[in-house]
Amino acid sequence: MHKKVIIIGSGPAGFTAAIYAARANLEPHIFEGAQPGGQLTITTDVENYPGFPEGIMGPQLMDEFRSQAKRFGATCEFKSITKVDFSQRPFKLWSGDDEYTADAVIISTGASARLLGLDAEKELMGFGVSACATCDGFFYKDKKVLVVGGGDSALEEATFLTKFASDVGLVHRRDEFRGSQIMRDRALENPKVHVHWNSVVEDIIGTKETGVTSVMLKDTQSGEIREEKCDGIFMAIGHNPNTHLFVDQLEMDEAQYIITKPDSTYTSIDGVFACGDVQDTTYRQAITAAGSGCKAAIDAERWLESH
Amino acid sequence: MAGKVVEFNDQNFESDAMKSDIPVLVDFWAVWCGPCKAIAPVLEEIANEYEGRVKVGKLDVDNNSKTAVQFGIRSIPTLLIMKNGTVVNQLVGAVPKDNIESLLNEVLLK
Repeated sequence: MHKKVIIIGSGPAGFTAAIYAARANLEPHIFEGAQPGGQLTITTDVENYPGFPEGIMGPQLMDEFRSQAKRFGATCEFKSITKVDFSQRPFKLWSGDDEYTADAVIISTGASARLLGLDAEKELMGFGVSACATCDGFFYKDKKVLVVGGGDSALEEATFLTKFASDVGLVHRRDEFRGSQIMRDRALENPKVHVHWNSVVEDIIGTKETGVTSVMLKDTQSGEIREEKCDGIFMAIGHNPNTHLFVDQLEMDEAQYIITKPDSTYTSIDGVFACGDVQDTTYRQAITAAGSGCKAAIDAERWLESH
Repeated sequence: MAGKVVEFNDQNFESDAMKSDIPVLVDFWAVWCGPCKAIAPVLEEIANEYEGRVKVGKLDVDNNSKTAVQFGIRSIPTLLIMKNGTVVNQLVGAVPKDNIESLLNEVLLK
């Protein structure tokens, strides 16, 4: 199937690119990927997106983005792109065995929650280990949980989990938080939240039958290891860009973010554009992602006109 | 409307899911879960495409905690693929449609 513009990813960047591309009659086709709606679908209240003075729920905001893109003729599919070939034009993309071609490609695959990389973490994912407090907090009524991390997401998750859990421990490797003042105050003022400063997770104990039962924490100052009983552990240690599809095809930095040319969304291949968290090492906000999605659609439109 | 997503609950789970003649795909979900909302349309597509071969149903964990506890659900969305009353596969999180389909096809071939 041939399309003028294929957009890979369906967060604020992808849908904003779709709105602009659709209004420019480029009939964009969006592959929504593994997490339709992107990272905002695993948050609760979005309080900093302009235009919603009372805040809006993340999943609802993304539904609105999708409706707006569809209204102008964008088409969406709940499929993931599994392979790309940008070495010739039209560009080739595959979703499983289905082959697609496109004159221009906009990459907005975003980022995924980073994990610690422990074997036990992988084994127990869904059995006490979680990367989504808003999804799984409900299962920890009157239980004891830990949240790993020190940024805004960790602080937000800890505060959210106090609605369910009896005790929320924040495990942070430093002796101060990176998160914003408002989120820090909110978490620290909550009597259910306490902090394990200078601590890192060495191992997670439990089985699929028992779920998580405890966590081994290491003190980064003394090296001492202690066992902390808990029923669940939530990871909030940042994100990695979803760029494995483009390895060896597009220029990336050492952290695997796609490099875009200054003040544009052009990648190292003409006709392939990148927007949102997948190329943003600095801001990573919904509003900046949406802004760069708009830029990608305009860049693609102008590039297509001249080719 | 062809194949539809059915509603499972604590009362009908035994008769409608455990004793189903054909393989069952159960989606443990809740209204407050964003990724659950995100995969809902995927499940509708699957219910359509596998009509008569796989029964697709959702179970709201808020109102049916007995079944959720019985299967040790600690994370949603969780998808269970069941055949003859036993769980043959379990998927945690909003997984791509292709993954769900390949596991369903595996079960159907056996």
